[in-house]
Amino acid sequence: MALLEFARGPALWFSLAVFLLGSTWRLWAIFRRPARPDYAEPRSSAALAGALRAIVTRMWHPRTFRDRTLVRTLNAYGFHIGLAIVFFGFVPHIAFVERLTGLSWPALPGWLFVVGVALTFIGLVYVFFARLTSPVQRLLSNFDDWFSWFVTLLPMLTGMAVLSLPFAMRYPPVPLDPMPVAIHLLSVELLLVWLPFGKLSHAFLVFVSRGMTGAAFARKGAGL
Amino acid sequence: MNGAPHPLDLESPRLSVKKPEVRVDRQGERPDDERLAAAMTSFVGDFGRAAAAYMESCIRCGNCAEACHFYLATNDPKFTPIWKLEPFRRAYEREAGPFAWLYRTLGLKAAVTVAELERWQELIYDSCTMCGRCTMICPMGIDIAGLVGLARHGMFKAGLVPHELWAVAERAEREGSPLGATPKVLKERLEWLADEHEVPMRLDQPEAEVLVTFSSIEIMKYPQSLVATARVLEHAGYGWTVSSAGYEATNFGMLSGNSDWQRHASLKLIEAAIACKAKILLLPECGHAYTALRWQGANMLGRPLPFRVLHVSEFLAENVASGRIRLRRAGGTVTFHDPCQVSRRGGATRAPRVVLEALGVELRETADAGDLALCCGGGGGVITVHRADAVRRWALRLKMRQIDATGAARALTSCSNCRQSFDDGRAHFGWDKRMGSLLEMVADHLSAAPGAA
Repeated sequence: MALLEFARGPALWFSLAVFLLGSTWRLWAIFRRPARPDYAEPRSSAALAGALRAIVTRMWHPRTFRDRTLVRTLNAYGFHIGLAIVFFGFVPHIAFVERLTGLSWPALPGWLFVVGVALTFIGLVYVFFARLTSPVQRLLSNFDDWFSWFVTLLPMLTGMAVLSLPFAMRYPPVPLDPMPVAIHLLSVELLLVWLPFGKLSHAFLVFVSRGMTGAAFARKGAGL
Repeated sequence: MNGAPHPLDLESPRLSVKKPEVRVDRQGERPDDERLAAAMTSFVGDFGRAAAAYMESCIRCGNCAEACHFYLATNDPKFTPIWKLEPFRRAYEREAGPFAWLYRTLGLKAAVTVAELERWQELIYDSCTMCGRCTMICPMGIDIAGLVGLARHGMFKAGLVPHELWAVAERAEREGSPLGATPKVLKERLEWLADEHEVPMRLDQPEAEVLVTFSSIEIMKYPQSLVATARVLEHAGYGWTVSSAGYEATNFGMLSGNSDWQRHASLKLIEAAIACKAKILLLPECGHAYTALRWQGANMLGRPLPFRVLHVSEFLAENVASGRIRLRRAGGTVTFHDPCQVSRRGGATRAPRVVLEALGVELRETADAGDLALCCGGGGGVITVHRADAVRRWALRLKMRQIDATGAARALTSCSNCRQSFDDGRAHFGWDKRMGSLLEMVADHLSAAPGAA
């Protein structure tokens, strides 16, 4: 079918190109800016260790904040883990990556995939209502937040329409209805095209900002 | 402590009292477009690599609100730390970010206006002490306090600084001290204190191992700290001096956002230390003085400093550990209030605890101690801004409650600005405690036997 061919061909390569070039441009825009030399006598010279430590330790909140942030933190973990299970653990997705790159790995059990889907949907619904009901998040939210949420939800919804596959079999076990697959693929490509331009780029920027603060704090001997 | 609002607290909900509009201050007479251009030029100039990374990384989760004492005290979302930077962020996206040309060409991001900068004056100055607690919760690790410091540069250039803060900064630049502690006043004070307390006050010695600096708050309000400094240095056998050419450690240039004034204030101290061939420049019990000189001083000079810069708590800890300062046991229970700039943002969290251990006291930490300590609410110049009094005191009350909960007999800190905040809170809320000085407690418990020099 023409739409599926388009989604698997030009649209895919275009979205991958935008994703890669946009992400590179976004990173370059940061690193091209000047970093002023710091002449203060450092308390520690382990800046790299500090950067790596911050990247790891920022993954959870200090105990003192947990009462106020526990639910949203657990939801964030649930959502990200769920998304990883769905993308990396599902047979057709592995086959898709294998076709593109030649890389493959064993699929996760079907029940775990269902758990991943559930976690992802719960996470998306939670963040939607949290953003609507929390006065702080409502104040902070802009187009980027809502559109990023939408383009993340879309592949999940369109993916559900293709979910007639038996989980344990290699892809494709039987010829698929090409239309839902094409729409699903196009929704993923929309996500790829948007990722470098909005907040979804925290997928790679998280290492930059955490690392910079970690290095700066390590220099001062300050805890983070 | 009585937790009820003060009867004259206009910020509390009242049926009969209308909340007053927030006053906006402007310095100088000039057209709005000139103010805006000055602010934007400064903002863009300050978007270095780290600032750009932080601007790009925020996911607007709002977690930072949960760490900010001003939000915790009021539940007002406008006090969300990252929201305080909204004009700064928009300036970045429109003028300096990776897609700035696209946003400008297609009109996708509205330009910042002077009216917005005026509205944000309250958020950038009155309700941020640059304590950095928000960084401790940010999942992206964004140094919001550092960004607020940069945003203040642009606000100063635009002439949009709260008047009281501007006035003390200008006075510090003009007279050398924000509180009128001129060289003449300093000399008179030192002579009086030397006479009153029978301790040598060494002024303008040609050479000294330690150059001592003070906070004008100490000089004018807590002179006992000057005496304590002298006693400790004499006990430890240091050659020391105060220099009338550079003694004021507070840096209102930094707090107000004037980089030139910040540099002038720092260079006075640096040049005085170089002139007397000091090996140590001793900073007083002042949090922001530590940030200004310990972490930014060399950058003001443009090369590494030829001497060490130590906060007095670090100096005490080092000398207690080496045996050069010997202490009598004080006993009793103590809680310690960490000055944000010395502990969380300065890396000297351990030092006061070493000293307290040597004093033999039972340290009762507050619920959030050390790097996670709640701020007193008065740092970053906030205490100078009168219209911020209500929200500042509400924030302080959180900390006072934590201190009360420890049940400690004494509360100590190592920042005179924090002490000033607590003194104000004591008077306002009728608090039954007094925030004391770590340095003064050490000076009161020096062993009769001199230290091992």
